[in-house]
Amino acid sequence: MLSEKNLAKLEELKKYYPTTQALVLPVLWMIQEEHRYISEDAMKYVGELLQVPYSHVLGVVTFYTMYRTKPVGKHHLEVCTNVSCMLRGSGKIVEQLQKRLGIGIGETSKDKKWTLSEAECMGSCGTAPMLAVGDEYYENLTPEKLDKIISDLERQ
Amino acid sequence: MEKHILPDIAALHKIDIYETHGGYGALRQALGMKPEEIIDEVKKSGLRGRGGACFPAGLKWSFMPKQTSKPKYLCVNGDESEPGTFKDRQIFEFNPHLLIEGTLIAAYAMGVKTTYIYIRGEYGKWIKMLEKAIESAYAKGYVGQGILGTTFSTDLIVHRGAGAYICGEESSLMNSIEGQRGYPRIRPPFPAQFGLWGCPTTINNVETISNVPLIIKNGWEWYSKIGAPKHPGPILVGVSGNVNKPGVYEMPTGVPLLEIIYKYAGGVPGDKGVKAVIPGGSSTMILRGDQLEGACMDADSLKAAGSSVGTAGLIVMDEDTDLIKVITRVSKFYYHESCGQCTPCREGTGWLWKILKRFEQGEGRADDIDLLMDIANNIEGNTICALGDAAAWPVQSMIRRFRDEFEKRVTSPEAEGAQEVAA
Repeated sequence: MLSEKNLAKLEELKKYYPTTQALVLPVLWMIQEEHRYISEDAMKYVGELLQVPYSHVLGVVTFYTMYRTKPVGKHHLEVCTNVSCMLRGSGKIVEQLQKRLGIGIGETSKDKKWTLSEAECMGSCGTAPMLAVGDEYYENLTPEKLDKIISDLERQ
Repeated sequence: MEKHILPDIAALHKIDIYETHGGYGALRQALGMKPEEIIDEVKKSGLRGRGGACFPAGLKWSFMPKQTSKPKYLCVNGDESEPGTFKDRQIFEFNPHLLIEGTLIAAYAMGVKTTYIYIRGEYGKWIKMLEKAIESAYAKGYVGQGILGTTFSTDLIVHRGAGAYICGEESSLMNSIEGQRGYPRIRPPFPAQFGLWGCPTTINNVETISNVPLIIKNGWEWYSKIGAPKHPGPILVGVSGNVNKPGVYEMPTGVPLLEIIYKYAGGVPGDKGVKAVIPGGSSTMILRGDQLEGACMDADSLKAAGSSVGTAGLIVMDEDTDLIKVITRVSKFYYHESCGQCTPCREGTGWLWKILKRFEQGEGRADDIDLLMDIANNIEGNTICALGDAAAWPVQSMIRRFRDEFEKRVTSPEAEGAQEVAA
């Protein structure tokens, strides 16, 4: 379930935490990094790997919004719509994306290429409106800039 | 004013450049001092926490037991999820070694062997930047075993969050590091007695810790003279919303809000008037545009104005802003982020949001305004952590200061009847 590289990283991390339970979050990140989402089997695996009950792992996964229990499209687009972004036109960004991709918020396109989500404040208030695709932030968006970003992602 | 947290020095994130500008000198100096002297220095400097509560940092450090058989821990809070807040991100990107140096000094002062820097999961890019900086600090012998030839050893680990606002609350942050759901803990016991894994723990904000090297390097007297006397030092103010130049600005505490809006952030687009301001992140009480005269970015001044400094994330709303839409969005956020432990918050935040949605759609009922106030009052002070208060304050202040905005959205028959009776 985890690559040799991540298993080695896990052994290294164990030195800095007095319990294996503390490694639940880091290991879940590794799983999501490698498999794009966290399946039930993966949760059971994490439980065995760290000697914590599966129920505990499930509890953690479902508590934190960034852990995904279902696969998302190749590009997961998250638009912050909290106040600072809202004041600078995040509503129009969402509209533009819905129109161009033909999907609504929380939906994945049929070709599994796109998933669109509304996000809470991403710490991009000074560069609003914004769009996050994975770890990448696209900021100070304009309609033209957004169009280009989507075209570039389309080609990937 | 000269900038200290985010000075205009190119490539300061590189350790060599940081060293050229005196970086890690404060650590050398600190290692030559007694731990209690450092705590005393920070106490006298007047440094107050930059994460929202403005608690005196030195006093917090002094709560850590000196004699204990248990390991001691430090958590640096970089969860930065309060809407309108984007300052710690600048430190990770532009001056990570200042944060690392401050962390090391704090760890030495409190006898900490392991520090966890907890960063929100969305900041994947900035986590990598900080990890790179930590790696270079290890390589130079500033972190790890026998630091700079002394007997002092300490480790620094970045712990990635996974998308939960509540984990910025110090006790849920600790539970999150322990690998649990981010549920806040009942206090007492306080973290200094019973923190991570039941051991003495201190939690400080990223910006708070980044002030520490300045205090050690320049002395408490120098520091205490910057800005507002009772809340001194440089502060990172994040300005967002309807301004011409949004961004993070470093300034001394105590700068008038109007100066921040008009001088630092270049005023309001189209020279429109300011209808309202949220001074310190979305949980702080909203101020009317006509309340801004004389209000300054420091704890006492904003308290007098009827709000608080919070995280110094200033959100500016121009005269055309639909404040009902704003407060509905704010309430949706707290509903989404409530951890669900305490009934008043879990249920109340949802009720607030649902009722506010009625107003947003122009379907408010006349008695809804008092109902909102009643729900907010019943959340405030009745929960384990401050998220309940954070959800209640914006609604309470919005109703108190902009009641007319709510009244305009009342359209139900009962309401019309009520108005006729009143007339």
